[in-house]
Amino acid sequence: MAGEGEKKAVLEMVQADGADEGCVTFVLHDEDHTLGNSLRYMIMKNADVEFCGYTITHPSESKINFRIQTRGGIPAAEPLRRGLNELSDVCQHVLNTFQARVNEFKERQEQPME
Amino acid sequence: MAASMENVEEIRNRVILGEFGVTNVHTTDFPGNYPGYDDTWNVEKFQKNFRIDVVHLDENSMEFDMVGIDAAVANAFRRILLAEVPTMATEKVFIYSNTSIVQDEVLAHRLGLIPIKADPRLFEYRNSGEESAEEEGSEIDTIQLQLKIKCSRNPRASKDSSDPRELYLNHMVYSKDIKWVPIGNQADVFADCCIGPVHDDILIAQLRPGQELDIVMHCVKGIGKDHAKFSPVATASYRLLPEITLLEVVEGEKAERLKQCFSRGVIDLEDINGTKVAKVVNSRLDTCSREVLRHSDLKNVVKLGRVRDHFIFTVESTGILPPDVLVTEAIKVLMAKCQRFLNELDSTVME
Repeated sequence: MAGEGEKKAVLEMVQADGADEGCVTFVLHDEDHTLGNSLRYMIMKNADVEFCGYTITHPSESKINFRIQTRGGIPAAEPLRRGLNELSDVCQHVLNTFQARVNEFKERQEQPME
Repeated sequence: MAASMENVEEIRNRVILGEFGVTNVHTTDFPGNYPGYDDTWNVEKFQKNFRIDVVHLDENSMEFDMVGIDAAVANAFRRILLAEVPTMATEKVFIYSNTSIVQDEVLAHRLGLIPIKADPRLFEYRNSGEESAEEEGSEIDTIQLQLKIKCSRNPRASKDSSDPRELYLNHMVYSKDIKWVPIGNQADVFADCCIGPVHDDILIAQLRPGQELDIVMHCVKGIGKDHAKFSPVATASYRLLPEITLLEVVEGEKAERLKQCFSRGVIDLEDINGTKVAKVVNSRLDTCSREVLRHSDLKNVVKLGRVRDHFIFTVESTGILPPDVLVTEAIKVLMAKCQRFLNELDSTVME
């Protein structure tokens, strides 16, 4: 399986022949430690994942090799999808909390001036 | 450090600042590492422990605490604030006339670094590609600015003055001399918010009589990863909350010396039964210089550490967007990245 052929690939999957679906290396293009490390943290928190790591193959190329190995025969795309969803939910919660607290702070600042 | 019962909590939650190095730095609370702990990702537990406290907020900088999140995610926000929140900055400089002493490329470089007050969310990225045909750019992705200034001799100056401010007119070119030239419908869309440089007093070049600058600039949307001129923050950084524990009672002259080892306001001496006893008042103010570990009689009295999931963020904006908007945009950028790969996964599965 690979990303689109005609435009630049964004996500590719590389799987060794003979290995099961649980051990896959994903190649994420145009990414670096920003998404790599945070996604690795979220996926490691998943109990089904036996191994999760990422590497930047060469600093001149902006792509990361993201490897996931699962236990129990679970296809590796599933913890990846779950990790992305969970990271997205974390961001949403952080955003909501931050905006609420900033508004609260601004209101508290208004009050002494009234 | 063996994980015995007492220091398991410490290994999990604290970074230890020792005499010769910093230990216990990495996050270790992943499922399976600690028997008896369930470290699987739990949304409710995260939402319960997570909090944000805004300490200081004004139009240029803000300081806030983010507690209960891991370093990987906090660092992702910091990296995005520095390099991936888009802004508008001068990209193409059309020099029609430059007779000043500043070289063309140096002048263009300086103009690129001037922060431009324009909300980047209202503009699109310019399609790189067909450049020569559409070099003008359209109203939706370009801001046009003009700098046209000529230095001349001041006819009203007195005969024997040597002060350039009196002798010449327009001899210092400031960013306030940059004027916005609206293209297309920009004059209506941006009627109320004046587009131009954020600060009026940035010195661009110096001129003498007869020298002039006639320059047109095109500003486009970009991100800091491409060029640092697009970075919306003067800087964005975080530090972990320091934690200082006194292992024994310190009094008298030793307490005095202990107080000097830390930043001002961290340790206070209180009077108990006539002797001064040291007490940790506000460890947040400490800069963690580990000075106390240099004194052989004081180093065993104190335990220095940092709380691993308490981040004190400082965001200083260049003035283009207020700092709370910048943090909001950074969080949205990370969400967009996740969404992009989720869409990719879905589309490859559909095939």
